[in-house]
Amino acid sequence: MDPILQIKDLQTHFFTKAGVLKAVDGVSLEIKSGEIVGLVGESGSGKSITGFSIMGLVDAPGQIVGGQILFKGQDLAKLSPAEMQAYRGNRIAMIFQDPMMTLNPVLRIETQMVETILSHDSSVSKVDAHARARDALGLVGISSPDERLRAYPHQFSGGMRQRVSIAIAMLNRPDLIIADEPTTALDVTIQGQVIHEMQRLCQETKTALLWITHDLAVVAGIAERICVMYAGRVVEQGANANIIAAPMHPYTKGLLGSVPGQNRRGQPLQQIEGMVPSMMNLPKGCAFQNRCNLVSDICTSTNPDATSTKDGRLVRCHNIAAGDRA
Amino acid sequence: MTAFILRRSLQSIIVLLVMSLIVFVGVNLVGDPVDMLINPEADQLEIERVIRDLGLDRPVAEQYWYFMVNAFQGDLGRSFVFGEPALKLIIQRMPATMELALFSLLIAISFGIPLGVYAGLKPHSKISRTIMAGSILGFSMPTFWVGIILIMFFSVHLGWLPSTGRGDVATYFGITSSIFTLDGLSHIFLPAFNLALFKLSSVIRLARAGTREVILQDYIKFARAKGLSETKIIRVHLLKNIMIPIVTVIGLEFGSLIAFSTVTETVFAWPGMGKLIIDAIYNLDRPIVVAYLMIIVLIFVTLNLIVDILYSVLDPRVRIKGVS
Repeated sequence: MDPILQIKDLQTHFFTKAGVLKAVDGVSLEIKSGEIVGLVGESGSGKSITGFSIMGLVDAPGQIVGGQILFKGQDLAKLSPAEMQAYRGNRIAMIFQDPMMTLNPVLRIETQMVETILSHDSSVSKVDAHARARDALGLVGISSPDERLRAYPHQFSGGMRQRVSIAIAMLNRPDLIIADEPTTALDVTIQGQVIHEMQRLCQETKTALLWITHDLAVVAGIAERICVMYAGRVVEQGANANIIAAPMHPYTKGLLGSVPGQNRRGQPLQQIEGMVPSMMNLPKGCAFQNRCNLVSDICTSTNPDATSTKDGRLVRCHNIAAGDRA
Repeated sequence: MTAFILRRSLQSIIVLLVMSLIVFVGVNLVGDPVDMLINPEADQLEIERVIRDLGLDRPVAEQYWYFMVNAFQGDLGRSFVFGEPALKLIIQRMPATMELALFSLLIAISFGIPLGVYAGLKPHSKISRTIMAGSILGFSMPTFWVGIILIMFFSVHLGWLPSTGRGDVATYFGITSSIFTLDGLSHIFLPAFNLALFKLSSVIRLARAGTREVILQDYIKFARAKGLSETKIIRVHLLKNIMIPIVTVIGLEFGSLIAFSTVTETVFAWPGMGKLIIDAIYNLDRPIVVAYLMIIVLIFVTLNLIVDILYSVLDPRVRIKGVS
């Protein structure tokens, strides 16, 4: 299948007084139609900025300075603000992290849903828009949607609000949904429900999903492919099963090692030693060098290029065994 | 809701009672109105007759009791100077003050909100800095001085606008006002602008602060992610959120707009309540002072109630329990 979204060497930089912060520095990834891709990384790894770059919603002083974001062959980075606005919420939708903050507190749910429909298709009648909003609420598992449409956000629980945001994102049947840590702010039980709901909806509607999270365990359960980001770059990407079973990049290994598991009960949790380097002055060579136990001379001098492996992964590391390389 | 309004009304009555006591006692402590009213050549007998007629020979407590009894029958006393009921005199002057206050409010809102929102959206532009500097001036320049400068510039120097009086009035829908005639409008503009300047500045600052806070919220970004136009985001998502503090302040300060119109009315010789109260204070015309203050208290109390109700309309989160 053709990829619905193809990001090539995306660079989003922030021009601050203290210097240029390369939040996203050469990210390439692909999402096929109807596919769920997990984008994993720590805070500040550039995963959210990648999401906002696709949406054309990078706030100043941030700016996309290079690369392409091909959505069905159209480079989104080259569109005018008005053209981009037509894509947002229509062909590409986004769900945010904190459901308590994403809905406008002084507007009824109905107003917030109907405006999403009408701003992309003014020929829809109010009655039809209302019906579509009601159906969308029903679809995400909100009972008595007619009544709930007239409610205000504060009358919903956190999990319910996130369902409402999902319903809003689904309203115009987008081809791609970018979900920026949609379950991080929720209780664990609600988290499971919402993840399951999203997976079901995307399968039913053939919507592609880019799931941004810092929690590898979450994407391991739903994603078909995983991209791991570190310091503005994708360090490893490939099929979910391959990466979870045998991570190749030392950072991915570290991330997987720090996930608590049942069979390691009683043993101290592993952690990745050291700190994420300051994005303002990354070291020469590989950004992970100060935390890596395989570090060698080449790591501190040359930034590794993405290496293809036999099982179809791309890994940015100098230490890939020759037998694994494609 | 009904219970809420009833409870608030009861509280308002208590405030009015306490206020009447303070005002009445306070006014009775200053000066002797008889000296001002009587012909200097009058003899002792006539002076005593006047004192008796005005009820000033009774103890203060008794005077207050009669004042309250009459007040409950809608009689706030008779002006010493005009010999007419104080309430009637004030109500006659009220439309002029009300139209001045409302017109000022209109100026403050219709200029303040757009300017403030603009300054909030583009905080670093030159225009925004100019707006904010202007609002500081509006805050800090004394009203009477601005009034005089306005007269100097627009009336004396340029000769564009008249400086005194209300101009022609016309009556529509039972309301007599000078805003219905062109001459009246030209008369109201300077005093209304003078009175509005302070409010305008505070609306600008509130709108700017609100905009800067709201524009960073996730729901604004989410509205963008939904593909709404920037105009729609500002008009619906932003404006409704910043209106909450603005309505509160405007509502509560509308009372002070009426109360402090005295300065503007004096500078521009506007025939409103403010002018009347200043004259009454000079003449120690106690019934008018008392009646005026009671009416102002009543206006404040009513405005408070209206603001509370309006607040719950604007912000569903504070909607009073029991209404859904």
